[in-house]
Amino acid sequence: MRRIRHTRRAVIGLAAALALVAVASLGGAGAATAAHRDAGNVVFLSNQLAQVSEVDQVRNTLLKGFDGNVDYVTPPVGQGQVWFNRITAEAQAGKGTVSLLGGLHGDFLTVQQYLVNLSDVAKQLQKAGIPKDLLALGKLGTNRQLYIPWMQATYVMVANKQALKYLPKGAKINALTYAQLLQWAKNMKDKTGQSRFGMPVGTNGLINRFLQGYLVPSFSKGVVTTFRSQNAINGWKYMKNLWQYTHPQSLTYNFMQDPLLSGEVWVAWDHVARLQAALKARGSDFVSFPAPRGPMGRGYMPVLAGLAVPKTAPNPSGAKQLIKWMNSVPVQARTLGSVGFFPVVGSRLSKRLGAGLLSMNAAVKNTQRAKDAVKSLLPIGLGAEGGNFNKVYVDTFTRIVVKGEDPKTVVNDETPILQAIMDKTGAKCWAPDPPSTGPCQVK
Amino acid sequence: MSGERGSPVVWLSRFGMYATAVLVSLFVLAPIYLMTLAAFSSQEDVYAYPKELLPRNLSTETMSFFIHFGGVLDALQRSVVVALITLVLSLAIGTPAGYALARFAFRGADTLRLSVVATRAFPIVILSIPLAVIFISWGIDDTAFGVSIAHTALALPFVVLTTSSVFAGVSPELEEAAMTLGCSRLKAFVKVALPLALPGLAASAIFVFIVSWNEVFAASLLTLRHRTLPAEVLSLLEGAPVNFRFAGGFFLMAPSVIVILIIRRYLFTMWGRVLK
Amino acid sequence: MTTVAQEVSVERRRRQWEVLPYGLVLPTVAYLALFFAWPMEQAFKLAFRDGGAWTIEPFRTMVNDANFKDAFKFTMLLVVVIVPLQFVLALGMALLINSKLHGRGVFLAIFIMPLAISDLAAGLVWQSILTERGYLNTVLEHLGLIDQPYIWLDPTKPNQLLFAVVVAELWRSTAFVMVIFLAGLQGIPHEYGEAAEVFGAGFFQRVRRITLPMLKPSIQVALLFRIIFAFEAFAVVLAITGRAKTTLATEAWKWQAEYFDSHVAAAYSALILVLSLVSAGLVVFLLRTPKEQMAR
Repeated sequence: MRRIRHTRRAVIGLAAALALVAVASLGGAGAATAAHRDAGNVVFLSNQLAQVSEVDQVRNTLLKGFDGNVDYVTPPVGQGQVWFNRITAEAQAGKGTVSLLGGLHGDFLTVQQYLVNLSDVAKQLQKAGIPKDLLALGKLGTNRQLYIPWMQATYVMVANKQALKYLPKGAKINALTYAQLLQWAKNMKDKTGQSRFGMPVGTNGLINRFLQGYLVPSFSKGVVTTFRSQNAINGWKYMKNLWQYTHPQSLTYNFMQDPLLSGEVWVAWDHVARLQAALKARGSDFVSFPAPRGPMGRGYMPVLAGLAVPKTAPNPSGAKQLIKWMNSVPVQARTLGSVGFFPVVGSRLSKRLGAGLLSMNAAVKNTQRAKDAVKSLLPIGLGAEGGNFNKVYVDTFTRIVVKGEDPKTVVNDETPILQAIMDKTGAKCWAPDPPSTGPCQVK
Repeated sequence: MSGERGSPVVWLSRFGMYATAVLVSLFVLAPIYLMTLAAFSSQEDVYAYPKELLPRNLSTETMSFFIHFGGVLDALQRSVVVALITLVLSLAIGTPAGYALARFAFRGADTLRLSVVATRAFPIVILSIPLAVIFISWGIDDTAFGVSIAHTALALPFVVLTTSSVFAGVSPELEEAAMTLGCSRLKAFVKVALPLALPGLAASAIFVFIVSWNEVFAASLLTLRHRTLPAEVLSLLEGAPVNFRFAGGFFLMAPSVIVILIIRRYLFTMWGRVLK
Repeated sequence: MTTVAQEVSVERRRRQWEVLPYGLVLPTVAYLALFFAWPMEQAFKLAFRDGGAWTIEPFRTMVNDANFKDAFKFTMLLVVVIVPLQFVLALGMALLINSKLHGRGVFLAIFIMPLAISDLAAGLVWQSILTERGYLNTVLEHLGLIDQPYIWLDPTKPNQLLFAVVVAELWRSTAFVMVIFLAGLQGIPHEYGEAAEVFGAGFFQRVRRITLPMLKPSIQVALLFRIIFAFEAFAVVLAITGRAKTTLATEAWKWQAEYFDSHVAAAYSALILVLSLVSAGLVVFLLRTPKEQMAR
């Protein structure tokens, strides 16, 4: 009994001591650190470059030399709402800790009302070499510069070299058609007994971008207007076919680098950042190539990451300096070399990039330069409805391809939902759809 | 089964119990063993197939990268602080309530029981923004203390209900006996009821620690630069290669295991069966 | 014959006695009310308001959504399958530890280890075990039971998926129930069981007639929490099934985190809350401990 009493006393005493320490640390939240530097303290919250190795690179390579004290903070990679919640909460509370935000075009759409107008920075950077049309995207359909373009990425396909021998006759890997891809997937399954083609259809997978930027545009040369056209339906039927030769665990894959590295999947499509680990670890085992061509062209979707300043930023001038730093030519070159994201300013490529990254870069260039390229722009003007826009496509996919429902019925079911989103936001059509005057209409 | 000691029936049932216990233990240990193994393997080994099942090619490259990564050790320390504060707060606030629920059949007892549980039934995901706004306004955002406050709210239901169920098992006559011998109600509680309810307190302590230690959602939300370990680990590892995720999982698990092993001996009462 | 003074002090003590329980629970009630009240009110408003008007539109959207039925069915299936299985397993484990078995301490240490594992880590580990080129297939191939990796996580085989989720969830969360049972078992004096044994009661009889009834408060507590968690749990289900299956909690998360529609997310949360409360209410009612039994 006494022993128990002593133990309890000890625990309580220890806890009390630690509690005192903790209370003392209460004031630590906003404490200034180190000597005064030019740009001051900047808390940089970014949901890009948030993987372990990338964070390491940002802190030790990209931020090195910046005249200021940057706290690079990243939310969990698969959990977009943490980034969104933090920004919203700080805005609603009226006071913030974060001065600089890093995110995707689509992310900024959801918080655009909390962002500062960065036209002054935009003017300076335009002179420094950021293309005008890229900068225009940063206006999010308004007349205020809400974010500054920071880095580019896109989606490519990657194949394990041992899959190459199953390519159909006459198929050239840098100029595949979807029909050839289907045959390739079928060959792999027939000859090896296991589906070796995979897609990121997990709950955090980017399948929505594949459908919006690659499948539907390649088959119908449109995204919204052609949603229930026969061409789009053909595209969905194609996916249904392809699904038979797709690895069943695709419904759990979020980052294709994992199944590629473990060998469960030999051919995959995904965002370049989610293929990185495979390309860096065993670059010579894999080859990157552009996504295939459909009946209407080779659809692809560029990804644009940007930098923005929230209205509640404690250090907006420091944040602006950091924006200029991240977009300076040397740092942009370092960005490509260290994390594989492409610069927004013109930059020459170093040969020391390594086999994997070089292959990926070639694939991206091939995609962009293809004569039959159908560029699918990021959804503009959708605001917080961007998520619902994604849901329409993913639900259509799930119902047609996974559950096996009739394509025409499903597409007719989902069209009113899609149209409602367009009407609610008033969003005009964007590439590859032809421009419209009013809200985009599904034909 | 009520055979004489030493009879084959008794021996068989004893053997059966052992066999069952061993089987269950293997089932419980296997995933933990695999996680530890993977955490101490190189990236290549973790992705290989067939998977390596024995600790033949141990490598600390993953763990050392992980540990030396800025912020991880700080986060570890912060998690410990948060867990301890939560422990003290929730036990102090919740134990009296548990006692009241067990001893007194007062009006509203069942409603209280349900309401307390109901706070856990509301997925905290939805409460995220309102909570964060409150914390930022009050200035306890991004502090260990702030996180402890949130964790205490999450842990209280466990403490209240677990202690209540255990106090219900302690006979009130013992306290009444103590009181007739001159103890005040409080003294009787402290000297008689509390020690007898020690297993319940120990169980509550384990739950509170675990809840606080592993809690990642509120911690990610309410901290930015002064993260707790799960918030830090999660933010680093979501998209990382599998070996890093195992390292993170192991890193998170190891301290909890140690704490649980320490507290577990209090799960037994003093009725002659205290574990050494 | 009592004096007026004595009567007054008895009266005062009686009133103190009646007030005491309220005083004891006050800190808890105040704390939880303070912490949850305003956010919960906000969250409920989200579920029932949209653009400033009272509406049940979020609920209508929720119910008409393509995934709702699947989420509801699968969630209920999980609760109904896992909870009873888990209770039997946990009871067995607790009884085992509570017996005079040699090396109980070691077994206890092992049995409670899963408590230390967060559900994210648990999901990760089980995914690695069950994935095509994972640990389970490695073992099976070594043993010669299969000659090619088998796909355990096959969405076209829902029963297999369910089995996988059940096994993983049993592994992860049985320890919680076991600990509650164990703590409760400590309150049951040996003597009852020994007396029963003397009178010829077998093991199962003793469990049914003595242990279980006296364990009622613990069973009630464990059930309450376990049911609530079952409605909320999704990390392990997500890791194992991905998009192949969905639960109410997963949908709530998706609406909040992916579609940024707090209204529908709040509607899902309200549904989860109601289901949990109804189940909890049933549990409290069916397992109520009569006063006589409490004041043994």
